[in-house]
Amino acid sequence: MNPSENMNVVSVAEGELGLSSPAATFEEPASVLRRLAKDHKISIVSAIIIVLFVLGAIFAPVLTPYEYDSINLSDRLAAPSLAHLFGTDEGGRDILTRMLYGSRVSLVIGIVPTLLSVVVGTFIGMVAGYHGGKVDTVIMRVADIVMSFPTMLLAMVVMYTLGGGTANVFLTMVLVGWAAIARVVRAETLKLKESEYVEAARIIGVRQARVILRHILPNCLPTVIVLFTLEIPSSILTESSLSFLGMGVQPPSASWGLMVSAGREFLYHAPWLCFAPCLAIMAIVLAFNYLGDGLRDVLDPHLQSQ
Amino acid sequence: MRGSVAQGVLRRLLYALIAIVGVAALVFVLLRMVPGNPVATLLGEHADNETVERISSSLGLDQPLPVQFANYLLGALRGDFGESYTLGKPVSELIGPAFVNTLWLALAAALVAWVVGIACGLFAAIRKGTIVDRLFMGFSLLGVSLPVFMVSMLLQYVFARYLHWLPVAGISDWTGYILPAIALGWGSAGSIARLVRSSIIEVLQQDYIDTARAKGRTNSQVLVLHALRNAMLPVITLMAMQFSGLLSGAVITETVFSINGIGRLSVQAIAGRDIPLLQGTTLLCTFVIVMGNLAADLLYNVCDPRVRKGA
Repeated sequence: MNPSENMNVVSVAEGELGLSSPAATFEEPASVLRRLAKDHKISIVSAIIIVLFVLGAIFAPVLTPYEYDSINLSDRLAAPSLAHLFGTDEGGRDILTRMLYGSRVSLVIGIVPTLLSVVVGTFIGMVAGYHGGKVDTVIMRVADIVMSFPTMLLAMVVMYTLGGGTANVFLTMVLVGWAAIARVVRAETLKLKESEYVEAARIIGVRQARVILRHILPNCLPTVIVLFTLEIPSSILTESSLSFLGMGVQPPSASWGLMVSAGREFLYHAPWLCFAPCLAIMAIVLAFNYLGDGLRDVLDPHLQSQ
Repeated sequence: MRGSVAQGVLRRLLYALIAIVGVAALVFVLLRMVPGNPVATLLGEHADNETVERISSSLGLDQPLPVQFANYLLGALRGDFGESYTLGKPVSELIGPAFVNTLWLALAAALVAWVVGIACGLFAAIRKGTIVDRLFMGFSLLGVSLPVFMVSMLLQYVFARYLHWLPVAGISDWTGYILPAIALGWGSAGSIARLVRSSIIEVLQQDYIDTARAKGRTNSQVLVLHALRNAMLPVITLMAMQFSGLLSGAVITETVFSINGIGRLSVQAIAGRDIPLLQGTTLLCTFVIVMGNLAADLLYNVCDPRVRKGA
């Protein structure tokens, strides 16, 4: 038997006896941080990088002397220099400035729709797993349909129907994203449902909604947090791909994917147009992936033995 | 026992069918939610109402949506996906050759992904905790983290533009597939490597590995005959499922490398508001993916008798 299951059952059964919250396995954030700092230094570095990116996005107007959309034709396609650290684009706009403003769009699209799909997916997954029967079958078939779709094509079809623009990118990503989350949470719920403390709660007549919220959800949370952290980078990549194809964020808004797409034309004589935003995407995606890996090792007991 | 296996297979086939029809319905409805009559859009602003109505009715667009959908499905069963609005040819004639190109690209990318992924994962697992492990896993995570368009353009820039070793874009012979296959396959290689590593490490902790060692098997025998064989189960599933990733990721790769595959055709269909063509490409990709998932399921069953019991 899996040792982590024992741990869950024991610690949670204790909670059950005292009729307190069963989430005894859920750690304090400070202790998670400590364990990350001990075994996963790269996750801490990643977290710092993410914070820096977020600060850069918030304080963009303070950090740069340029406007993100002011065209200066005498300074077109200037190579990186002290005045323009990452050079300028075909309209003479400072690339660093545009990247700072673009990070607002890219980060918001990376985080907000992911949060929404995680919330929706978790809820649906728990209901399907706990309820079982027809409800489960129908929900999982729908999830199957969503997951049988090539993500980019589905996103493209939805964007085509709704038209480009930030709000529609949001909606598209939630429509595409919830299914995978629901699947994992359902599997987790099925496991938890068999555990003795959930059975005990059911036997003493706790209502279904309460069992889900008080007993299943807290024990799914570590997995959900890890999923959330690991889904953010893929959302950022999806957004940048959609924008790269011209089907995502529309100008004059700037997003990293859009900047790469605009810079592609000048790939050979002004490669910084493309590669500066590419590097930003790479840095933030790597940071979230490393953080998610670290969190998984610390939070998710299934992988802890390694 | 036999009966339950057959039942399981039948149930999975049914689920696959539901998924395909479901996706077809979803795309059908979504594409018809686009505001405005597609015929009017196609004919331009000078067309009068009568012409628009006549053409709409000849295309069956004036019928109720469920009837249109049923007709579409019946046609699709016979291989008739309608006629492309923009290219003036039957959709089936367009997606056939395009699919062949995408398939070659996906296979080449899968080859890169499997060879690189399994090798990286295996070495990282054996040298767990060392610098080799970190390097291989960093390389894998980089593959997962880099946007496909970035890798594509970087490869074009270095190998085609600077070194002139390989063609920039287009497919004239097999060398044309090398760069796109790397660009598309690296990400999949990364996730395969990570899964191979973790499942080998997990398998190596099992009791039967100790038994094998006690029987006097050498380290490499244990690794290949026992560990890798059992660790491959989840990997096989991932590899089959990744075909969907390769096919949908191919949109970007095909666009950057100018490969006339399904992805590029879909982009063209969207740009031209060509609904029948877009329907055809999405349906075809879905079919392939559902079949890939089905194959993964069945393979898993064949490889692991434990799963069969549960099914």
